[in-house]
Amino acid sequence: MKRQIPLMIVLILGLLFVAHVFIPNKLSSDYLDWFMKWMKVIGPFAIVLGVFSLVYVHYNKIKRKAPTWGYSIVTLTALVVTTAVGFIWGIQEGTPYMWIFKNFNVPLGATMFSLLAFYIASAAYKAFRARSIEATVLLVAAIIVMLGRVSIGQAITHWIPDITEWILNVPNLAAKRGIALGVGLGMTATSLKIMLGIERSYLGGKD
Amino acid sequence: MTETIGIWIAAFLTLCMFSFLYKDNPFYKFAEHLFVGVSMGYYIPYTYYNAFIPYAYEPLFLKKEYILIIPFIIGFLYWFRFSSKYSWVSRYPIAFSMGMVGMGVPMNMHANVLVQMRTMMLPLNSINIILIFVGTISILLYFFFSKAHKGVYGKFTSIGVWFMMVGFGASFGYTVMARISLLIGRIQFLLGDWLGLIK
Repeated sequence: MKRQIPLMIVLILGLLFVAHVFIPNKLSSDYLDWFMKWMKVIGPFAIVLGVFSLVYVHYNKIKRKAPTWGYSIVTLTALVVTTAVGFIWGIQEGTPYMWIFKNFNVPLGATMFSLLAFYIASAAYKAFRARSIEATVLLVAAIIVMLGRVSIGQAITHWIPDITEWILNVPNLAAKRGIALGVGLGMTATSLKIMLGIERSYLGGKD
Repeated sequence: MTETIGIWIAAFLTLCMFSFLYKDNPFYKFAEHLFVGVSMGYYIPYTYYNAFIPYAYEPLFLKKEYILIIPFIIGFLYWFRFSSKYSWVSRYPIAFSMGMVGMGVPMNMHANVLVQMRTMMLPLNSINIILIFVGTISILLYFFFSKAHKGVYGKFTSIGVWFMMVGFGASFGYTVMARISLLIGRIQFLLGDWLGLIK
């Protein structure tokens, strides 16, 4: 009841999906439509788990007066205000909800990811400062690709964009293809393990 | 007026985020926590209006498709995750969504294995095609751990490492470029939209 039925559900639905791919007919396409329609109903309920988890963590921080608990108030206030604004005025273009998205979400997200430009450079310097021939190959390939994608690369010599194209189309393609084959086999094996109930960690819990 | 206020807020938050380049500080922490709250707050109404209303509420309550009560109930079962005694009930909706892995078996085999093999099976009539062929085979053999990487076999697999290093270098270069373009975007915002120094 606690484990066997969920495992049976995965197996039966999984086998039906395999059949759907190999036996294309109206019945199998109806099955896919049915499944997708139901998943669209089930999906939104999962967001409550995320919201509850966030609120629970920050509420406890505030309650325990944990270090930096004041920032938890910022998180919860932002959560409540943005949600309320979305429900009160709607989410169409021109509403306060979209104003918050444009002036809070977009700059915060873009700046946070742009910070990685600095850290990726320093991390790369520490990680592969030509310690071995392989690391040097990686470093040289990265520099050539970076230069080949901006106008300064063309200004230095027209060879740099040409070499960039060659790197992307030949050795990079071989690497991506080799890795894709491994990933494909790995994903297929993992999917089979989940379907057959060998891999069941996604069920969580003890019993 | 609201646009000006928005630009000033966005500029302040951008600078708060950039302050982390100096060191971790209260301004950065404030911006970081605000980002988490606003992001989650953004997705709640978004999911409600774009997923719950059109796919759950309207078909069930307005179009009277009563069969959808079943997925409605399955969705509710997620919430049993909060109960320590009945958390196992939440496995039912998880299992339902995991059923899709069945489609992954033939799809992965097709997209990542068969198509890749087919595109590799070309006449070896140019240096580049030979290099791609040798590179792919040597990488595959590098990940074959049932045989010790020694002697001629070891030397051949080390060629695969070289190919992978070039591939990783290219991916790294692309990632850096993407981050740099985001950084340029933020600098343009600060100098252009906010300070008006560039047009």
